[in-house]
Order: sequence, then structure tokens, then C-alpha cells
Amino acid sequence: MRGLFLFAAVLLIFTANSNSVKAFEPDEILDDPALEARAREISKEVRCLVCQNEPIDSSNADLAKELRIVVRERLVAGDSDDDVKSYLSARYGDFVLFRPPFNTATFLLWFGPLLVFGVGGIGLIFFYRGNKNLKVAKPLSPEEEARFNQFLDEDKKTKSSNSGETS
Amino acid sequence: MNKKILFTLPLLITLVLFGYFFWALTKPGRDPKILPSVLIDKPAPEFNLTALENLGVPGFSRADLTSNGKVSIVNIFASWCVPCLAEHPDMVKLGKRNDINLYGINYRDKPKDALNWLKRNGNPYHRVGRDPKSRTGIDWGVYGVPETFIVDATGTIRYKHVGPLNPGDLENTILPIINNLQAQN
Repeated sequence: MRGLFLFAAVLLIFTANSNSVKAFEPDEILDDPALEARAREISKEVRCLVCQNEPIDSSNADLAKELRIVVRERLVAGDSDDDVKSYLSARYGDFVLFRPPFNTATFLLWFGPLLVFGVGGIGLIFFYRGNKNLKVAKPLSPEEEARFNQFLDEDKKTKSSNSGETS
Repeated sequence: MNKKILFTLPLLITLVLFGYFFWALTKPGRDPKILPSVLIDKPAPEFNLTALENLGVPGFSRADLTSNGKVSIVNIFASWCVPCLAEHPDMVKLGKRNDINLYGINYRDKPKDALNWLKRNGNPYHRVGRDPKSRTGIDWGVYGVPETFIVDATGTIRYKHVGPLNPGDLENTILPIINNLQAQN
């Protein structure tokens, strides 16, 4: 029984794996394993323009296949990884890269969250400061204290006279 | 009083953001599949495409975009592309004009299929170049067929339309741009 489960699990992993690399075709593979490894890494970060949410590495679209070949050709021609990416984004825009590059158009994308947290943090600081000011009252001045005692005395007097009447 | 304004500020900012997102997501004509071209106002890429044999019109290269001082319409089409058939009447209209170039890039197609398609539906193009492996298409940033580019007489890409020309697109968008570019010359 346990063996059967294990077998099923292994089978599942196997089929899942073979699915994820299905689009990749053997005739595209470069002879140089180092270049091929770089090509695979780049292909995972390049968007298939036809399917849009899939990298060209795992897409079956014709255009994705052609782009995989283009990536390999650029690498064989001696391009660096960044060269290949900018080659593609010069034609298809930054959208073709899954990781948006840092520039004036994507500035808010990168720093927006930080900005929101910053503003929120400043807001929190002001909020707690404001509360503290409310809680810690200023000590009474001598005149105020004198008046305060006077009120207390008057209160006591009226209370005692009231109690005298009723009893 | 001051504090109340401060407390409602986050809520206000959130509402404004929600409003903006709602507007941006629902505004008419929004299609997330259509990408803005980065090639607008950039020179057209270098290319040299062979002719489709037995069609009777020559192939073309980048030089043909600048050789006669006319505005060029470059249309990406294929026989397997169903929406291409839908915009074909518009291409026929453009092809009848002598004051513009209408060039067709036959994208990822078999020569026989392309020839049959053009014979059956009529060939509106002044020149047709074959791009069987979509290499020229990639240089033009093509990702869907059909696509239509407007290139001015100096070889600069001025406009790109992704997908078929819908009713009204020709009259309301394409023709005014052509007129504008011709007036600039």
C-alpha cells in the first residue's frame, strides 16, 4: 500500500516536471552547455507576447520558439545576458521582460510601496505624538491650585450642610 | 478639527486610487492584449524580403520605404490569419491609391498558401515580401497578425495598429494620419 503511494507520488512529480519543459524542443539546444544554461535562464524571464503570462521558455507559440532561437543566436554571437534582453526590449518594449527594469517610467513601480510605507509611518508617528500630548497634562500653576482647593472646600461645606439638614 | 482631516486623509487617498483604477480598467477601448509599440517615431528596421513567386509583384527592402517620397502602409498578413480576411477590403481600398505605397509582409506562411489566398481574394499590395521565419517581424516588434504600420517618406515608423482594422478605423484613424504625413512633406 505504501509502495503504491510512493509510486503514485513519483509518477506525479515526473509528469508535472515533463509538463513544465514540454515547449522546449531538442533541436533548439546549443552544443555549449554553459551558453545553453544562460539561454534557458534568459528564456525564463522573457514574456511570450502571444500568451502574455507565460515565459517563452515554456510556451508552445511559434513566436516563442522563434524568440528562443533568437536568444541563442545572440548568445552565440557573443552578447551578454543584458545585451540579449535589451535587444528584445528595443523591439517589444519593457513588457517583454518579466522583471521590469529600473527607469523613469518604472520609478513609481519600484519606489511606490516604499513611499506608501513612508507616508504611513510618518502618519503613525504624528498620531502617537498627538495622543501623548493629550494624556500628559501640564501641572497646575500655584494660582490654579489655590482655586482648585477653594472649590474642594466649598464642595465639602455644602455637602456637610446638606447632610445636616436631612439627618 | 485638524485631526479629523488627518484621519480621513488615508480613506480619501484610497478612494481616489480606487476611482483611478476603476477608470483605467473600464475605460472604453482598453485591451490589455494590445501593447504600445516602442518603435513609434523610430526609423524602420533594416530588412530585405524576397518576392512571392508567381504573384507578379516584387519583394521589398527598407530602401523601398524611402525611394519614392510616398507614405508607406506596411501590413503584416498571412493566409492562415482569419482576421486578415476581415480587413482585406480596407487593404483593397488603400491599394487603389497611387499616392501611397501599400506593402505586404507575408508572415510565417507557406508560399503556395499565400499565393492561393491572394489569388482568391485579390492582391491589393504593390509589393509583397516573404517573412517565413518571422525574423523581419521580430525586428518590427510584431507579435500578432494582422498588424499595420504607417511609415513616413523618410522611413520613420509613425503609427502601428494591432489586429484587424475594424469598421471605421480606416476612415477615422488611418486615413487622417496619412493625410497629415502627406501635408508635412
